Amino acid sequence: MIVRSRLRIFRTIGHRFTSRIWRLGAATRLFWLTLISSGESFRRLHLTIREVYFTGVMSLIIIVVSAFFVGMVLALQGYNTLQRYGSADAIGVLVALALVRELGPVITALLFAGRAGTAITAEIGLMKATEQLSAMEMMAVSPIARVIAPRFWAGVIAMPILATLFSMVGILGGYLVAVPLIGVDSGAFWSQMQANVDWRLDIVNGVIKSVVFGVACTMIALFEGYDAPPTAEGVSRATTRTVVTSSLTVLILDFVLTSFMINV
Amino acid sequence: MERTTIDLWVGIFVALGVAALLGLAMKVGNLTTSNLGATYTVTANFENIGGLKPRAPVKSAGVVVGRVSDIKFDPATFEAVVSLSIDKRDAFPVDTFANIYTAGLLGEQYIGLDAGGDEVKLKNGDRITHTQDAIVLEKMISQFLYSKASESKDDASATPTSSKSTKKAADALGANPLDDLTKPASQ
Repeated sequence: MIVRSRLRIFRTIGHRFTSRIWRLGAATRLFWLTLISSGESFRRLHLTIREVYFTGVMSLIIIVVSAFFVGMVLALQGYNTLQRYGSADAIGVLVALALVRELGPVITALLFAGRAGTAITAEIGLMKATEQLSAMEMMAVSPIARVIAPRFWAGVIAMPILATLFSMVGILGGYLVAVPLIGVDSGAFWSQMQANVDWRLDIVNGVIKSVVFGVACTMIALFEGYDAPPTAEGVSRATTRTVVTSSLTVLILDFVLTSFMINV
Repeated sequence: MERTTIDLWVGIFVALGVAALLGLAMKVGNLTTSNLGATYTVTANFENIGGLKPRAPVKSAGVVVGRVSDIKFDPATFEAVVSLSIDKRDAFPVDTFANIYTAGLLGEQYIGLDAGGDEVKLKNGDRITHTQDAIVLEKMISQFLYSKASESKDDASATPTSSKSTKKAADALGANPLDDLTKPASQ
């Protein structure tokens, strides 16, 4: 009995592993199909614009509010440490670099996965459960070109815009705490920031990060929805998996991208 | 009908994104100031560059006139070869001094150019021969300790009254933490 239960553990692990590999292959195939059939999402641009509205515009409020508070906290915490070394003027640099390089793209991607990714997964999972996707295929309309690709491109477009907005609003929040509240000199705040934030190495790299996160988050959400078992339970599980997988992928990708961008 | 309102919102969204990117570029980043335009490159050899990094500013009279474009190690002379990209409009004489300074006590390091008096100007690819190395803090402290130790040795061989008076003067100036370090060396 004991031997059998031990064997069952191995079998479960092996099954889980192989099913992960299967799903990875299926996700790659879906990604490729999406890229091939994305011509229509640009020819009929209103399809994509509609999805930009649902993923991007609807996420604006959560992004702006959290950016504001993240910026304020960064300024408070940064000031607390920097003033011990007598360099409280460097607080602008700290807030700007932290937001533009790291927190802007990463927190935006995490919030995006929770706000827009889940919506995409649930919508496509339900479309599949109610056999709308099959109906499209019956009418010779490719669901990948009509449903998946516009959502994919909308996510890829929306993510860098949201991330730059996050950085900008965060810096404004940091400014509000540092200058009127704490009393750091306004000129020092901006001039030190301008002297130490580089256009190519900091800002463009941050935008590149957010584009990559946009591809990853949207593709994961789309695949989970497309792959979900067509039941209520299946869709709910797929939605949960979207958040977990997207968050982990974003954090791991962030490390990989950063190690490419920073020459140690 | 509904599509037009969506178009409007998406338009606002994209415009906000572009505005944020422009704001980052102009207000946060140094896109406006880092454009030096046409530059010429000169090199300078240093025995020790300290913490100088590529893209560090090159200043003359406190004004940024260029940037450090490249830092290499020369295995023949065991020196650092620093390439400086300087704005075409700012021509410097060939006997210009290149020093490595530090902004503040712990700030970043930059290259300061002190213009000489020669009529001939530096051209692209020239080498600045007059250079001064970066000040390494550890070296300075060890030199200071060394001179302090030899000083107190002289005091011990001198008359006891003079050593007492220097001790008093030191007490009046306040406790010197370096005394603890130099005392065992003198005994």
